[in-house]
Amino acid sequence: MSQSLRLRAGIVSILLLLAFIGAWWGATLPTQVDLGDMDPEYAAMMGLDSVQDSDIPTPGDIGSAIWTHLSDPFYVNGSNDMGIGFQLAHSLWRVLAGFALAALVAVPLGFLIGMSPLMHKALDPYIQILKPISPLAWMPLALYIIQDASISSIFVIFICSIWPMMVNTAYGVASVRDDWLAVAKTLEVGPIKKAFKVILPAALPTILTGMRISMGIAWLVIVAAEMLVGGTGIGYFIWNEWNNLDLANVIFAILLIGVVGMILDMIFGLLGKAVSYKEV
Amino acid sequence: MTTPAFIQVDGLEKTFPAPMGQEPVTVFQDLDFEIEKGEFVCLIGHSGCGKSTILNILAGLDAASDGYVFMENRQVTGPGLDRGVVFQGHALMPWLTVRENVAFAVKSRFKRHSKDEVNAQVEKYVDMVGLTPAIDKKPHQLSGGMRQRVGIARAFAIEPKMLLMDEPFGALDALTRGVIQDELLAICQATEQTVFMITHDVDEAILLADKILLMTNGPFAEVAECAYNPLKKPRSRQEMHHDGHYYPFRNHLMDFLVNGPSTPYAEKASDGTPPAVEESPRTGPKRVVNA
Repeated sequence: MSQSLRLRAGIVSILLLLAFIGAWWGATLPTQVDLGDMDPEYAAMMGLDSVQDSDIPTPGDIGSAIWTHLSDPFYVNGSNDMGIGFQLAHSLWRVLAGFALAALVAVPLGFLIGMSPLMHKALDPYIQILKPISPLAWMPLALYIIQDASISSIFVIFICSIWPMMVNTAYGVASVRDDWLAVAKTLEVGPIKKAFKVILPAALPTILTGMRISMGIAWLVIVAAEMLVGGTGIGYFIWNEWNNLDLANVIFAILLIGVVGMILDMIFGLLGKAVSYKEV
Repeated sequence: MTTPAFIQVDGLEKTFPAPMGQEPVTVFQDLDFEIEKGEFVCLIGHSGCGKSTILNILAGLDAASDGYVFMENRQVTGPGLDRGVVFQGHALMPWLTVRENVAFAVKSRFKRHSKDEVNAQVEKYVDMVGLTPAIDKKPHQLSGGMRQRVGIARAFAIEPKMLLMDEPFGALDALTRGVIQDELLAICQATEQTVFMITHDVDEAILLADKILLMTNGPFAEVAECAYNPLKKPRSRQEMHHDGHYYPFRNHLMDFLVNGPSTPYAEKASDGTPPAVEESPRTGPKRVVNA
């Protein structure tokens, strides 16, 4: 039953894709232009032709852009012309570095907030104020203080991924069932063992949900951050191709960002599944 | 001077602080009772008389407002491995298998045990409750009765001096409850385990307990009577209703729950023979019962 559902859903997905590409292809067909009595040589000199290509890239253009980029992802022809693999690697590196730093801060701090009602109340106003700030608003400050564009983007990733992780960790830790804590107490389990053997596994699904949200936000923000600071990365690549007016490359990069974002989300989805448990 | 009892409870009282503009609530007060080594003691009473709170104080999970609990002459001030607790809601950790759940307790109790020794201990107690086929399953794969059995195995596996059970079978269907009661009875008789159990099931108390503490309703609940079970050991669910004491004793307990305290059973049956089964008084309940 579910097998056939999956099959049917797959067929619908593919049909939708074909319909979309078909519509796109139809909309970007070369158009016939009436050149009137213009001398064909003059028209050619003016770059005019009776058959005018569309301004929007066709599916074929995108296909060839994908092929060009993916067949040689790692080349370096100077700082403004690097393979897409390098650009992606730069973005991923910044995201992972900022994310990892955020996790190092957010998880212990979330533990503290979740365990101590005092710290929860004391830190709550700061979290509530800092959380809604657009991460890019930090960029000028980061650039001024850090004076390094790449590290500033890592900082921006750090600051945007810290909140969902911290809030979720605190929530997960605070809602560990009293029963389990009572079991640990009656077994005279020490605080360290309690934290790692009872609270952490109990809160891990919630913590990973927070990490998944953080990773999603980080991947959204890195594109904007790299557009702003330039240099390398997938965000910079898009902006650069926009300046080159190469829309096929822009569309290719948009697709790529989507695919990579999906993969990152899937990884955290799988991790979350691995640590989840069924409550009884 | 007589030797003091294994567990001695002295003037125990629990008062919850007053909510804004209200009087503080004293749930129970002046509680005195004793538990001898190897004794199976049941506490029965209606909801809200603080039964669970008493058990939590004995377990060291809750603090009394007044009074003391002594265990082997030493005051109980906190939780400890000398007392095993079977929780009302089994309290198994759902991310661990049966084996890991019991091993968690065994490792906490026997810190120097090798892996093999821990495993042997775990398997012994899981086998005791008849769950060896399910030993590597997670709690959500088990039925309610099986989960409660794991809870019992976990409490027994640390070989506590006293076992504390908070309505362990409350959430189970009658059939399963009967089966586990039989198992528990067999295990306790074999190990001479000291047990303090809370229940509101009169038959369960008669089957299992050597001594039954009858609690009045809260607030200001008290232990009104400490009734020794007149039914001879070994008791069994199939046979016990043939004992001449069964119906008088059961009626006595039921009357207590419905009508409140009356003449203690020991005085009714002062010569050791069961008193005649009386009709319940038709005067109606003296207290509003919220059973």
